[in-house]
Amino acid sequence: MLNVLAQTAAGEMLEGLKAIGAGLGYGLAAIGPGVGIGTVVGNAISAMARQPESAGMARTTMFLGIAFTEALALIGFVVFILLMP
Amino acid sequence: MGTVAEASDVVLPAEGPEREIARDLARRAAIVSPAFLVLGAVLDGVHGLVSAGLALVLVAGNFLLGAAIIGRAVAVSLNALYGAVLLGYIVRLGLLAVFALAFKGTGWFAAVPFAATLLVTHLGLLAAETKRVSMTLAHPGLAPSARRVADEPSTDPTSTQE
Repeated sequence: MLNVLAQTAAGEMLEGLKAIGAGLGYGLAAIGPGVGIGTVVGNAISAMARQPESAGMARTTMFLGIAFTEALALIGFVVFILLMP
Repeated sequence: MGTVAEASDVVLPAEGPEREIARDLARRAAIVSPAFLVLGAVLDGVHGLVSAGLALVLVAGNFLLGAAIIGRAVAVSLNALYGAVLLGYIVRLGLLAVFALAFKGTGWFAAVPFAATLLVTHLGLLAAETKRVSMTLAHPGLAPSARRVADEPSTDPTSTQE
C-alpha cells in the first residue's frame, strides 16, 4: 500500500483526495435535507389523514416545503460539481 | 397510532396542486431562461451557454419529476406517499449527479455557469411560486389562474367574487 502511494504522483493523489472529498461532501449534505423532507412529508400526511378535505392545501405546502428543503442538497451538489476534478 | 391507521385508508386523487405548481415552475423557468443563457454565454462562451441550459432543464425536470412521483403515490395511499417521496428524493439526487457527470465528460461543461444557474433558478423560482401560492390562498382573484376561478361559481363564503 505504501509502495503504491509512494509511486503515485502528488498531483494524482490530490485529484483522488478531491474526488473522495467531493463524494463525501455530497453524501453528507444530502443527510440533512433527507431528515427535513421526512419531517415535512410526515406532518403533511398527518394533516391529510386528520382532515382529508384540506388535503389540497397540505399537498401544496408539502410540495413547496420539499422543494425548499431540497435546495440544501443542491448546495451540496454544487460543491460536489465544483470540487470534482 | 390512530393517525397511522387512518393514513392507510385515505386515498386522494392523483391530479393535485403539485402538478400545477410544477408546470408553473417549468413555465417560469422557460420565461427566465434567456437571461440565464446570456449570463452563461458571457461568463464562459458557448460552454457556459450550454451548461446554463442544462442546469435550467435539470431544475425544471426535477420539479416535474417530483410532482409526478407525489401524484402517482398519493393515489395509492398516504403511506405509499411517504416512501415514494423519500425514495424519489434519493433517485432525483442520483439522476442529477449522473446527468451532470455524464455531461462533464463531454468537454462542454462549464462549472460556474452551471452551478450559479442551478442554485439561483431553483431558489428564485421557488420564491416566486411561494409568493403566487400565498396570494392564491389569501386572495384568489390575484392568482394567475384567476380567469379559470372567475369562470366557475365561487363556493367560498368569504370570497368577494360573484
